[in-house]
Amino acid sequence: MSALLVQLLTGLSGASSLFLVAAGLTVIFGVTRVVNFSHGSLTMLGAYIGWSVLTRLPRGPEWFILGIVLTALIAAALGALLETLLLRRIYRAPELLQLLFTFGIVLVVQDATLWLWGPNDLPLPRAPWLRSFVSIAGERVPLYDLILIAIGPLVLAALWLLFTRTRWGTLVRAATEDRDMVAALGVDQKRLFTTVFALGAGLAGMGGALALPDASANLQIDLNIITDAFVVVVVGGLGSLPGAFLASLLIGVLQSFGIVLLPQATLVLVFVIMAAVLVIRPNGLLGRAQSTARGEAHAFALVRPAAPVLRRLGLAALLLAACAPLIAGPFLLSVLTEMLIALLFAASLHFMMGPGGMASFGHAAWFGIGAYAAAFAVKGLALGMGAGLLLAPLIAGLAAALFGWFVVRLSGVYLAMLTLAFAQIVWAALFQAVEITGGDNGILGVWPPPWAADRRVFYWLTLLLCIASALLLRRILYAPFGYALRATRDSERRAEAIGLHAVHIRLAAFTLAGAAAGLAGGLSAFSKGSVFPNFISISRSVDGLLMVLLGGVQSIAGPIVGAIAYTGLFDLLLLATDQWRAVLGLAIITLVLAFPHGIAGSIHRLWLRGREA
Amino acid sequence: MTILSVAGLRKSFGGVQAVTDVSFTVAPGEMLALIGPNGAGKSTCFNMLNGQIRPDAGTIHLGPLDITGLPPRRVARQGVGRTFQITATFASMTVRENVQLAFLAHHRRIWHLLRPLAAQYRAEADTLLDRLDMLPQADRAAGILAYGDLKRLELAVALAGQPRLLLMDEPTAGMAPAERVALMRLARDLATTTGLAILFTEHDMDVVFGTADRILVLNRGALIAAGDAAAIRANHAVRAVYLGSGTTTGGH
Ligand SMILES: Nc1ncnc2c1ncn2[C@@H]1O[C@H](COP(=O)(O)OP(=O)(O)O)[C@@H](O)[C@H]1O
Ligand SMILES: [Mg+2]
Repeated sequence: MSALLVQLLTGLSGASSLFLVAAGLTVIFGVTRVVNFSHGSLTMLGAYIGWSVLTRLPRGPEWFILGIVLTALIAAALGALLETLLLRRIYRAPELLQLLFTFGIVLVVQDATLWLWGPNDLPLPRAPWLRSFVSIAGERVPLYDLILIAIGPLVLAALWLLFTRTRWGTLVRAATEDRDMVAALGVDQKRLFTTVFALGAGLAGMGGALALPDASANLQIDLNIITDAFVVVVVGGLGSLPGAFLASLLIGVLQSFGIVLLPQATLVLVFVIMAAVLVIRPNGLLGRAQSTARGEAHAFALVRPAAPVLRRLGLAALLLAACAPLIAGPFLLSVLTEMLIALLFAASLHFMMGPGGMASFGHAAWFGIGAYAAAFAVKGLALGMGAGLLLAPLIAGLAAALFGWFVVRLSGVYLAMLTLAFAQIVWAALFQAVEITGGDNGILGVWPPPWAADRRVFYWLTLLLCIASALLLRRILYAPFGYALRATRDSERRAEAIGLHAVHIRLAAFTLAGAAAGLAGGLSAFSKGSVFPNFISISRSVDGLLMVLLGGVQSIAGPIVGAIAYTGLFDLLLLATDQWRAVLGLAIITLVLAFPHGIAGSIHRLWLRGREA
Repeated sequence: MTILSVAGLRKSFGGVQAVTDVSFTVAPGEMLALIGPNGAGKSTCFNMLNGQIRPDAGTIHLGPLDITGLPPRRVARQGVGRTFQITATFASMTVRENVQLAFLAHHRRIWHLLRPLAAQYRAEADTLLDRLDMLPQADRAAGILAYGDLKRLELAVALAGQPRLLLMDEPTAGMAPAERVALMRLARDLATTTGLAILFTEHDMDVVFGTADRILVLNRGALIAAGDAAAIRANHAVRAVYLGSGTTTGGH
């Protein structure tokens, strides 16, 4: 009984700092409608800044409080700076580009933090009072846990007062409910947005600093906390503070019990809860319906088959690619092999994201599952490469079908977040299941059999499989199924009115895309000879998004061009600099600022200006 | 004989009673107009009939089949086509492709993954588009059509499903008078020759009185009159609603 109590208290204390971070995220979303990926970076900065501040202050509790408040203020100032310099410029951009943009910020902040504080984890030396215990029901409970438990409701109450008792708070609530109305009232919207952002950033920073005594300042905080915060915000309902509070209690307690009862299944459990909530309440526990229905707010460009010139160009490129092993050396061949794999990965993401209208931020999940399935087939089941390459798309497709069942009912930001959360969960599951996957060490020695051991033979095999699969996906897009998929994106209302089952169609597309990505992953496993959890990293998912966006979402040849351009650029970048994150992040930020309608969209506009105007 | 029978239909949004206790029937080959001032509840009725929203109370029967509360796709598959007040078409496809897809959906050929759509039901689509004078626009993107053309495309898409009952919400909005007459004449033809039942809303009273077999008048969610053109013209309650709302041509 008392062990239960201790576990419950641990869970509740974890829930508090999670709530602070999630509250910031949800308030910012409510007003600006930007899903701020870089919110986790603010939390991470809060931890590092908190470390720097607290280690310079005396050890007493009063100084600790001062240090936390100071950290929150610095984080708030950083948030205000971030908003005025960068985010303000993208409020009108499409959701997906906003997400991508804030991910660019994440990359830059990571390198900046590494540069400022170094690569080592920074634990906070704990003062005696931070280590003391209180006796509750005969159990020793850390005093600091109790303090944290109290902070959550206190902050909720403070925010509630702020939002209900002040003029500023009233404006924030009005803006959350109806943005246009506030604009019409003549409120200084810029100041409102900046202050809201500062508040959110301050909360994130405070959450990061408050977690210090139980953990340390490290470079993984940003992506770890953002995933948890996304889950909390989605479960609670986008924009709802009480929802975020409820959800963080739920998730916090679930995690603390999960770690004791089912350590391997904790993440899966969290996901199951999230999925269950979203199935019963698609807008979260206390969220409201999103105002625009799927597809109705966008104008989609006409898709036409490629012009004959382009077809001939593609054929020529293919012939050239087929002849490459005759002239290219082993290094160039392995780069080209990776390029082909990236091409299939991008084509599979485009399949669901362009025509399907489902922008996934976790497409690497299927890639990784495919890679692990292939590796496990060879190393665990002692099967051949053929079986591995068959299992890769099969298992990935199966997983995609299972997960897609929840995902395809959602749209826009919810969908992006849910796919991201799922990819993180797959990553963690593979990381934790050490007996099967080798954990962090991965699975090594996944080599092709002797007949394909020659780099050139493997290259041809990859060329065959990747191009055939990409062409198959393309063919499906021109078949009735592809049109039906596009129909559900263009206008779900019309699609249902002619008898199409939008959810089934999207689920099938999701599954096909997952299977194709899985095949790419399987090929990658044999090409590299090993698989690691980083096959499912967020940055791989974002690589895919960048390739698709670079090439153009609306064009069916887009992902292919994008993948080739992107992998080419990226390899150059890796060769040229250690700070590839910062460079890539800055590149993303610049691209989005320069083309707020997407690269393809911007070119399309220029093109139209010359013709139909 | 009836194709559609509606009994005791109700719907409220928050405190607003959008539709209160509406009952009526439609026979095959009949053209029934649903009129009433702006906000009378016409679109809400349509949305309940095709399953877009679930009624608070009441039943909807299609022939002998109870379709109350079925989702739109199931209602569509029972032979109910509809056009929307705010048009809904597939903007990234050509006019012809919109219609081809509707044919494919009707014939349950959506799950074909390999045979290109381009060659399927092309002749059928062109025939239908020709009847609606849309053939010259067949290769244009639906997303750039003028409003009147969009309405006609929606009608073509609805007809491709070979419906027994057609629901048209303001089918002639955005059209020139001559186009209106032509479109309604076509609808009349379809009703007479194929037995298609048509329920439509319309704010042009000339069109209503000129084409409808029977007229239902809705005001603040309730049916206040039903009958043929002459009876409706003579009806005092109807005159009060229309004169009271300051217009003689009706609401939207
Ligand atoms: N989705 C909705 N939510 C809230 N109120 C609605 C909704 N749809 C319609 N209404 C209200 O119901 C009433 C009837 O609307 P509607 O059926 O569109 O009328 P009509 O088509 O006759 O102009 C109006 O008062 C309208 O404001
Ligand atoms: Mg209406």
